[in-house]
Formats: sequence, C-alpha cells, structure tokens
Amino acid sequence: MTQSIFPVGGPEIKTKSHQWDPLIRSERYPNIWCPGCGIGIVLSSYINAVHKSSIPAEKHICICGIGCTGRVSGYLNLDSYHTTHGRGIAFATGMSVIRPDLEITVVAGDGDISTIGGNHLIHAARRNTDLNVIMVNNLNYGMTGGQHGATTPLGARTHTSPYGNVESPFNVPYLVSAAGASFVARWTTIHVRQLLRAIKRMMEIEGFAFLEVVSPCPPTFGEFNNYPEALDMMNYFRDKSVVDNDADLRDITITARPEDPIVVGNFVDRRRPSYQELLSGLHEKSSDKSARGGPNH
Amino acid sequence: MNQYAEDGTLVPGDYFMMGNFACVEAAIMAGCRFYAGYPITPSSEIFESASTRLPQVGGYAVEMEDEIASVAALIGASYAGAKVMTATSGPGFSLMMENIGLAYMMEAPLVIVNVQRAGPSTGIATLVGQGDMMQAKWGTHGDVETIVYCPNSVQEFFDLTIQAFNSAEKFRTPVFVMADQVVAMMWERLRIPGCGEIEVKQRDVLDPKVLSSQVPFDYSEDFLPMPIAGTGCRVNIDSLTHDSRGYPSIEHSVSETLTRHLVGKITGHAREIWKWEEFLLEDAEVAVVSYGCSSRSALRAVKIARSKGIKAGLLRLITPWPFPDEIIERVSSKVSTLVVAEINYGQLIHPIREHSRCPVVGANWAPGTLIDPSAILDALQVVVPS
Repeated sequence: MTQSIFPVGGPEIKTKSHQWDPLIRSERYPNIWCPGCGIGIVLSSYINAVHKSSIPAEKHICICGIGCTGRVSGYLNLDSYHTTHGRGIAFATGMSVIRPDLEITVVAGDGDISTIGGNHLIHAARRNTDLNVIMVNNLNYGMTGGQHGATTPLGARTHTSPYGNVESPFNVPYLVSAAGASFVARWTTIHVRQLLRAIKRMMEIEGFAFLEVVSPCPPTFGEFNNYPEALDMMNYFRDKSVVDNDADLRDITITARPEDPIVVGNFVDRRRPSYQELLSGLHEKSSDKSARGGPNH
Repeated sequence: MNQYAEDGTLVPGDYFMMGNFACVEAAIMAGCRFYAGYPITPSSEIFESASTRLPQVGGYAVEMEDEIASVAALIGASYAGAKVMTATSGPGFSLMMENIGLAYMMEAPLVIVNVQRAGPSTGIATLVGQGDMMQAKWGTHGDVETIVYCPNSVQEFFDLTIQAFNSAEKFRTPVFVMADQVVAMMWERLRIPGCGEIEVKQRDVLDPKVLSSQVPFDYSEDFLPMPIAGTGCRVNIDSLTHDSRGYPSIEHSVSETLTRHLVGKITGHAREIWKWEEFLLEDAEVAVVSYGCSSRSALRAVKIARSKGIKAGLLRLITPWPFPDEIIERVSSKVSTLVVAEINYGQLIHPIREHSRCPVVGANWAPGTLIDPSAILDALQVVVPS
C-alpha cells in the first residue's frame, strides 16, 4: 500500500503506508528538527508504545511545553496540547483530575521540565499525580540556539557559558525519586528497545512515572562540546552507557567528562496511592454530615 | 446555618453571607466543578469554601504549587470538559498572566476572581485597592480582548459570578470578576434564587463526527464548539499562532485571522456584554463614574451633593471591559464634567477620558480604605462651584 503526503509548502510525497500512520499527522511533515536530533527517536518510541498499548488512541493525550521537544505533540494524531514553557505538567494535572481515565503523557525538554518547570515537576512527583512525563535531555536549550540550563554539566560550554558552565546540574532521576515518583528511569536515544519498554511500563503505572531520555543535539551542545556530528554523541552513548537498575541515584549525575559513564536503567518502580485515587476518596468523606466542614458550612 | 438541597446546592431563600462565600455558592450553581488555587489574602475564603463545598457536589478543589500552575491546571481541566475557576489577589494575578494568555489563545472558558487589595508588589494584603483594573485588560502580552465584571455588593458578587461562567462558556475565553477586599469580606443579605430563575449556559461541545468534513476552527464563526479531550476529536490545541486546522503557522494571513477572531468575538458583541447602572443622571450637570466598592462611596457623595443643590448623578460601570465607550459618550455629552472615583491613582479614568465628550477629573484615593464620600464631594464642588 502506498499513500500520498502533501507537506506544507512542499511537493507531494509518495510513501509506503505504515501501521502507525493513523497516529501521525503526516501532512505536517517534514518536521522541524535538525539532522542528528534525538527527538524523533523519542517520538517514534512514544508512538510505538501508544500503538502497542491496550488503551484506545482517543484516550491517549499528549501534552507538550515549549522548545524543540515541545513540537512532539503537533505531529501526533491524538488529542494534543502545545502549552506554555514549563507548564505542561500543571496543565496535565488539571486534565487528569477531571478525566482520570485518560492516559496522559507530558513530553518536553530538559529546560522546560527541570528548569522553568522544575517546581511543577517536583510537586507532581510529590503528589504522585498519575501522569507519564518524558523529559528529553539534550543538555542545553536547543531551539534558542544553545544556552545552558539546569541539566547542563558543570564545565560544559554553551552560548551563555562560553568559558564553561559554573553551575552544577540537577541529577533529575535522583530529584524526582526523592520527591516521591512511582517510576523513574533514564535511557539514551540509542536504547530504543528499552525506551519502548519503559514507556509501556509508564502507561501501566498508577502514579507519577518519569523517564529521562539523554539525547544528542549536534548543532548546539554537540558543536560546543566535541560532538559536532550526528553520530558523535550516539557513539558516546553506546560506549559510555552503563545499565544499572539498582544504581545509587546519588551517583548518577551526568558530567562533561567523556570518560565518565552515563548510568541508565529503570531505577524506581514502586506503588503508593496516586493523587487521583486520594482525591476521589474525598467525595465520600465530604458527604459525611458529621465530618467537620470549613467555615460557614 | 446554610440549608443545602439533596444535590448539594443552597436551598433558595435569604441568607446572611460573606462575599467570598457567596462567590463559591454562585460558582457551584453555575456548574463549576473544578477549582485550582493558591492561598492569598483577601481571597482565601473562596479557596477554603471551594475545598469544602466542591467535593460535596462531585467536584474537585486542588491546591497547586503557585498561581502559574493554578491557571495551567484550569485550562487542562476546562479541556477535560469541566467548568473551572480560581480566585486570587494582586500578587497572584501577576503570576497568572502567562497562562491567562494561554487561555485566550486556546479559547478555554475559565473564571478568575481577583479580590483586589492595596498597593503594588505585596502591598497591604488585608486592605482594599482597585489597582489591577488595567492589568485585567493589558496584563498578558499580545492583542486580546477581555470581559470583566465588577460587583459592588455580596448579592452582585453572587450574580456576576454566575454571569461570568455563562460569558466564559459563550465566548470561550477567560472571564474576570474584579472584586475587591470590601465586597469580598463584607457580610450582607444574599437572596439565593430558585434553580428556575438562574440561567446557566452549557458548553457547546464539538462533535468529533463533523471533523471528517470540516476543520475544527472555522474562524468565520465567532463562537466555535470546543473539542473535549478523550472524546475522539484528536485535535491539536496550540499556544502558537495556528490555522483553522489547529496547526502552527507563521503565515501573515493566519496570524491576522486568528488575532482578529480572538478580539472580534468579544468586541463584536460588546453591547450584549455591557452592564451598567445610572442614578439621577436624567437632569445631572455633573456625573460621577465609578465601579466596585467605590461606587457605594460615590452614591453617598451624589446624594449629599444633591442635598447641597449640586445636580450630580452616578454612572456605575459593572463591565469596565470590553470598554463601554458608547455609554461614556452618551453620558458625557449631557454633563459638564465626569468625576471618576476609583481606589487607585488613575486607571479607568484613561479610557473614560479617551471617549468622553466633556472634561474628566479624577477623585483618586488609595490609602487602603474605601473612598471617603467627602473626597468625591470635594471634587464635585470644585467642578460645579456653588
């Protein structure tokens, strides 16, 4: 089977049809991402997980923030929301309270999730809000041209740290685990099978599920830090990733030293009541006439 | 004691109630089932009361980590199909501006109550102000048009909260109830009308079946049905400038069409939104223009002025935005001067002066208290020498 795609402003493209086609807004292609970018791998992993999940597509919701990764939702033929910078998790919280039956996944970049949106991240983990959060960590702000953020390794060079970054980065899996998340994982874009398995597991978890995907950004972070070509950082991921599901999360900060390992794995998978479960219990409690209400009630 | 019906709503009748509590009861009657907030004086009773009352009617009141998150959560819940609200005061209102812009862009119905307090920055949390009136219109970036209601009594706080929900649903936009510390914390008689007496606008929801033959956003229409999450619409809702399909675009014509739609759906219906009240204007030579709690001082000042032989009248603006230009033009063409009384150092006086056919002076007062009627009277006596 072949199909025709009519990209915006471009000529007709004839392509073989694919089983994922119903999940993609193919008329929006080509996408905006640079050659060598890892976000497409994260997108395809998510689509594959949606495709394989037992939940129908109309119950899958994708919510994004702003930045390169923020564009993921726009290519998905789902209910998709491209929100404000850093606020995807807060937006998703409201939606998930009203519709706990929806499978809501927030996909956003490291600057979005852990820097400007860091407060929403830790509070959602603390509440154990039933959401999936996929943070694509390209170690810098890519869309604005390569500036340092809360995940940029100490010493790494960017346009706003031209002499080397003087800020220590967040070790985000450790942070999110400490805040109370039900599931915490880190993989890189070379771990496509592990990404699929992790995202599928996140969709089963009743609680806050967090996945960090370390991802290459050749034209900005890569160019500045000796990974200028598309394959350079993928080779680094292949050579230096160490799978350790039982890692001591205190020790897995990503550094700028090429000899240091990137510790990856499904680190946390535990059960405690989700925010939605606890909230729904309030309806019964509030109907108890003997329970003490607030003032004036 | 408040009397509740089986469905959790207040039994119709007369009550003695604080403005903030009346606001919550109105929201429940209007169908609000989701509140996301962050505590702030002098609006906190709204959050507290919502936390008690919403679960009783099957709703949710959630505490977010800040006011930025509150409004983001409201938009998410609105797109999940709920009627939603929050309440705040100046500092929180400033934080909300980012996602208020998102609500305009995503055309998400929501109600935001701002119980205005005194001063810039943290100011004085427990005292009254009206210093956020321009922020309500201009606080978020980009071109938007806004709907604002200004109550001056507990009863009106109740009535206008219901009206705000109805307008939010009709116009698919954030709507503001710009209350103030006096109206919010005052206790007054409140008449709860029967259900049949309350008009409640239900949301116009997009049927996913129509998407096989039409685009989700036909901007030739002012009011578009809303695609709700999880109903099979699978529409892209975007904070970027977007076309009739919901797709991001940098085309000039797309930007023009979208921005004109967001502004025009409100300005084109301004006459049906406007609410105002006129008192003794028939033969007035000078008119006081005021709103919110200040209008109570203004009414007193007008009555004293009349007793002194000054032919004064009062124009009370209930919807300062969209700006009621035609009403200002009409009233100002029949008097010698407009005196604008507000608890700030000059905010709504500016659009009033822009549209007035006569000179405009301010009776400004902002020490954190109600305007003393004598301050308004002084202004009247200056412009109309006896």
